[in-house]
Amino acid sequence: MKKLKTHFAFLDEGSKKEIRRATLKAVAIPGYQVPFASREMPIGRGWGTGGLQLTLSLVGKEDVLKVIDQGADESVNAVSIKKLVHSTTNVELTEATEDATLIQSRHRIPEIPLTKDQILVLQVPMPEPLRTYEKKEYITKMLHAEKEYSGIWLMLFEQIMKYGRTSTDADHPVLVNERYVMAPSPIPRFDNPKMHHSEALILLGAGREKKIYAVPPYTDVASLAFDDYVFQKEDFSGEACHLCGATDVFLDELVDDHTGKTIYQCNDTSYCVDRLNKLEQEEVSTVDA
Amino acid sequence: MMLEEPILSVKNLSKQFGDGCRRCSDPSTRDLIKNYCPSCGMVFACRDISLDLYPGEILGVVGESGSGKSSLMKCLYFDSDVTSGELYLQDEEFYGQNLWTLSAQKKRYIRNHKYGMVYQNPVHGLKMDFTSIGNIAEKLIAAGNRNVDNMKMVGEKLLDTVHIPLFRMKEEPRNFSGGMQQRVQIAKALSNNPPVLFLDEVTTGLDLSVQADVLDLIKRIQREFGISMIVVSHDLAVIRMLADRTIVMLNGEVIENGLTDQILEDPIHPYTQTLVYSLL
Repeated sequence: MKKLKTHFAFLDEGSKKEIRRATLKAVAIPGYQVPFASREMPIGRGWGTGGLQLTLSLVGKEDVLKVIDQGADESVNAVSIKKLVHSTTNVELTEATEDATLIQSRHRIPEIPLTKDQILVLQVPMPEPLRTYEKKEYITKMLHAEKEYSGIWLMLFEQIMKYGRTSTDADHPVLVNERYVMAPSPIPRFDNPKMHHSEALILLGAGREKKIYAVPPYTDVASLAFDDYVFQKEDFSGEACHLCGATDVFLDELVDDHTGKTIYQCNDTSYCVDRLNKLEQEEVSTVDA
Repeated sequence: MMLEEPILSVKNLSKQFGDGCRRCSDPSTRDLIKNYCPSCGMVFACRDISLDLYPGEILGVVGESGSGKSSLMKCLYFDSDVTSGELYLQDEEFYGQNLWTLSAQKKRYIRNHKYGMVYQNPVHGLKMDFTSIGNIAEKLIAAGNRNVDNMKMVGEKLLDTVHIPLFRMKEEPRNFSGGMQQRVQIAKALSNNPPVLFLDEVTTGLDLSVQADVLDLIKRIQREFGISMIVVSHDLAVIRMLADRTIVMLNGEVIENGLTDQILEDPIHPYTQTLVYSLL
């Protein structure tokens, strides 16, 4: 084992303690935004510092870490964060969702269902679902306290008036534990139902906005929807991943440079690679037999 | 009429701004200039105000600027806290409870379900960046409605009632003229069929023909829906046209109250006399 040059997990113990306390409070009050003293990090605020601080406060020597950026394990941001955590902790890194104990993610929940032995950390740019409706933090805090959520419903109503349907692509607001309305971070609507009764603990960290909040395991999470305009996931019916053939997953829409045609591909790269490997193994074993 | 039970009843409302001092703490010995204490500067915005609002009537509140009219309205609508006093609403749910001692959630519930408010400045009552229909829906959503088509229907009907052309319902009120904004505000206040409606200087700043429109609308609403209203105005012509009964305020106190005609024809208090006779 190589000697570490910095303090374990970068942050000093006092900072970790403070973040863990905020985390515990967040778990105790599902969906409630707990303020915390966001530290200066070696990456810019707004680039995942909230998630990173949560990860660093949670990570132990036994942990196996996976970092994803919009479904991809190899994107620059994910790699940088992985490198930072690894160089300060020496923890094992993985791309396989099922092997990870700690998963930090930007804007996606992995396709493979998470288990009770895993923690999902989501990076949040804007933790306040009521912000577009009300600018003042002092007021939004009061609105949350009084469970006064007409503002968020009004925003959905306005979208229906203007576009004939709710036009939230990502970050569709959810009601947690029938109490707090929460921004689920900019995950696609496709991932919202995965939060409902999730087996894994879901923690959300906003570094720039200095907030931590949580969805504890098996918590009710309902996507907001009117009686006559029901909540709908993104629809990929009739489309499949052009690489692995998966159909019931969140797909990226791409344009093939050579043919000019629209093709679809798994957004969750590790899921796609995993499926391809399995398909290949099956092919090899059938040839052998 | 007096045998009827008031729908809204205020008892000994006081609203003060400031901490007070030795010289103004005792009401019997305090020596105020108008409504403030000369030694510590504490303002007595409302002093020991009691009033009753009966079902279906319009109660007018007149007085010069700074007399405490708007402070009274803000207290009634829970926009600001009271220093002391009691407020009762004739309602199964809140019968016999002093509304000013309720929790913030309960107060909000009453605002959303039992009250309507039209502010002098539409900026306070409307979300200028949201559509007009959305503004009306906001009040319905707050009152628990979660059906888009139903809310749209109610909103359209109300906008029609206040003569806003329906093809403009998806426009933001900031594109509207002052009179139209005021009418959208009235439509919004009416959306949840409130038993009590507060109107704070609704016609101030509107030109005469638009004023007449809005007043006409208010009168019609009272007749059709039987809503009880408190109308604050410094314009006696407005009070004369709308109010059944009137109270006159000066320096935070009610100095006269009675039937509107009586007050306007035969004022007793010297201030009311000046006020009435200064009417051009």
